[in-house]
Amino acid sequence: MNERPALLLEGVHKSFGENEVLKGIDLTVAPHEVVCLIGASGSGKSTLLRCVNLVEPIDSGRIVVEGEEITADGVNANRIRRRIGIVYQSFNLFPHMTVMRNITLAPREALKQDRAEAEKSASTLLERFGLLDKRNEYPDRLSGGQQQRVAIVRALAMRPHLMLLDEVTSALDPELVAEVLAVIKELAREGMTMLIATHEMGFARDIAERVCFLDAGRILEQGPPDRIFTAPENPRTRQFLTRIIEAGRL
Amino acid sequence: MTARGPAPEPSVPRDADRGSRALGNRGVLVSSASTVLFFTIIATIVAVSPGSGLVAERFFSPQNLWQSLIGSGSNPSILGAFLLNVKIFTISEIFILVLALVIAVVRGIPGPVFFPFRLVAVAYTDLFRGVPLILVLYMIGFGVPGLGLPFVSYLPDVTYGVVSLVLVYSAYVAEVYRAGIESVHESQNAAARSLGLTRWQSLRFVVLPQAIRRVIPPLLNDFIGLQKDTALVSVLGSVEAARAAQIYSASEFNYASYVVAALLFVLITIPLARFTDRLIARDKRRREAGALA
Repeated sequence: MNERPALLLEGVHKSFGENEVLKGIDLTVAPHEVVCLIGASGSGKSTLLRCVNLVEPIDSGRIVVEGEEITADGVNANRIRRRIGIVYQSFNLFPHMTVMRNITLAPREALKQDRAEAEKSASTLLERFGLLDKRNEYPDRLSGGQQQRVAIVRALAMRPHLMLLDEVTSALDPELVAEVLAVIKELAREGMTMLIATHEMGFARDIAERVCFLDAGRILEQGPPDRIFTAPENPRTRQFLTRIIEAGRL
Repeated sequence: MTARGPAPEPSVPRDADRGSRALGNRGVLVSSASTVLFFTIIATIVAVSPGSGLVAERFFSPQNLWQSLIGSGSNPSILGAFLLNVKIFTISEIFILVLALVIAVVRGIPGPVFFPFRLVAVAYTDLFRGVPLILVLYMIGFGVPGLGLPFVSYLPDVTYGVVSLVLVYSAYVAEVYRAGIESVHESQNAAARSLGLTRWQSLRFVVLPQAIRRVIPPLLNDFIGLQKDTALVSVLGSVEAARAAQIYSASEFNYASYVVAALLFVLITIPLARFTDRLIARDKRRREAGALA
C-alpha cells in the first residue's frame, strides 16, 4: 500500500475480566475505504469499534490512526476522538437539547467554533439529510430513524476523518432502516472512510469494499463482499452465512 | 362505527365521559352531605367536651391571634419575626444548592489522584447527615463565638444559624444530586466523550442538566424541611417566628401565638408543596409522552 492507512490495528487484545473478547486483531483500513465487520453477537465487533474510539482501553497491541499511534501512553484521548466519529445502536442523543444543540454542542465546546459558524454547518448537514425542519425539535419528538440520522449528523459535524458505525440500524423498526442506510451510502459515495459493524448483510454486500468476518474475537476471513458472500473459504464463515440465509436476512 | 351526525371522535370515549359526568354529579352530592355530617359531628363533640371553652380561649382567641401577629407592647410581632425565617432559608438555600452540588460532583470524580477529595466528600455527607441539627447549632452558634477568634467569633447569631443549616442540609442535598447524576445513563456520558468533549464538558452540558431536572421534586421536598427547621435557629437567641411566639405566650399566658407561627409556616410551605406536586405531574406526563413517541 503506497498510501498511509486511515486505520491500522496490530495484535489488539482486549479482555473483560476472564472473558477475552478480542484475541489479536490485525486490520488495515485505507483512506476512503468502507469496511464492514460481520459476525454473530458477541464476536467482538462492538468492542473493536469502542477500542478504536478509545472508549475501552486495550490490553496489548497497537492502534494507529493516520500514522499516529493512538494507544501510546500520554496521547490526549479527547483530541483523537474529535477525529473519529462513532454512532451507536441506541442513538444516545441528548434528550434535553434540541436537534440543533445536539449537533452544535461538540463543535462549539470542543472545537471552539462560534455559534453562527457551528449552526451554519449544522444546517447544511441537516438540509442534506432532509432534517432541516427538525432542527428545533427535541429528540423524543422524532422517529427512531430520524433520531439515528441526527446522531450521524452530530458525528459528522466534527468533520471526522473516520466514521465508526456500531449496529446503527439494529434498534430500528424495519421500515425505518432504509432511510438510515441511505445516509450511510451517501457518505460512502463522498469517500468517507468507514468501519461498520452490521447485521444487515444485504447492506454490507452493497456498500462494503471489504468484509471482515469476526468469530470469537478473531478475524477469520476477509475479502471483497462478492467473494465472502458467495464463496466463503472458512467453514465458520460458511456456517454463519448459511444461518443468515436461512433466517432470510440475505 | 355507527355514530350518527358529526362525530369526528370515536363514540366510546364520549359515552364514557358522559357516564362519568353523571356519576360525578351524584358523587358531589354524596360527598357534600357526608362532609357536612362529618364535621357537624366533630364540631359537636369538640363543643360539648370538657375544657373546649378553655381551648378556644387559650389557642384561638381572635384578640390574641391578632395581637401576637402584629406585636404588642414589649412583645415582638410574629409576622415581623417570620421575615427573619424567610431571610434565613432564602440565604441558606442558595448556599446549600451550590455547596451540595460541589460535594456531589467531587464524590464522582474518578481517578486515584482524587481519592482524598472523594474521601472528604463521603466523610462530610456521612457526618452531617448523622448529627442532629440542634447539636450542630450548639457547636457552631455557641462554640465558635466562645473561641474568641478574630472576626469569625463575632458574627451575628443568625449567621451561625445559617452556617449550621447549610452544613447539615448540604449533606442531604448532595445525596439528592448524586442520585440524580447516577440516574443519567452512562451511554449519555459515552456519547459526549465520543464527540471529543472532556469529562468536565460532558458533566456540565450533558449529565448535570439532566440530573438536576430529575431531582427538582426531591430538592423542593428538602427545602420544605429547611423552611421549618429555620425555627431551630431560635436556640441561638435570634428572635424568629417561633421565638417571638414563645415570648408572647410567656408574657400573656396564651398559646394563640404558637398557632399564628404555625399557620405562617404552613402558609409558606403549602405553595412550595403544590408546586412540587405540579412538577412531578409534569415530569410524569413528559415521560409518558416520550415513551409514546
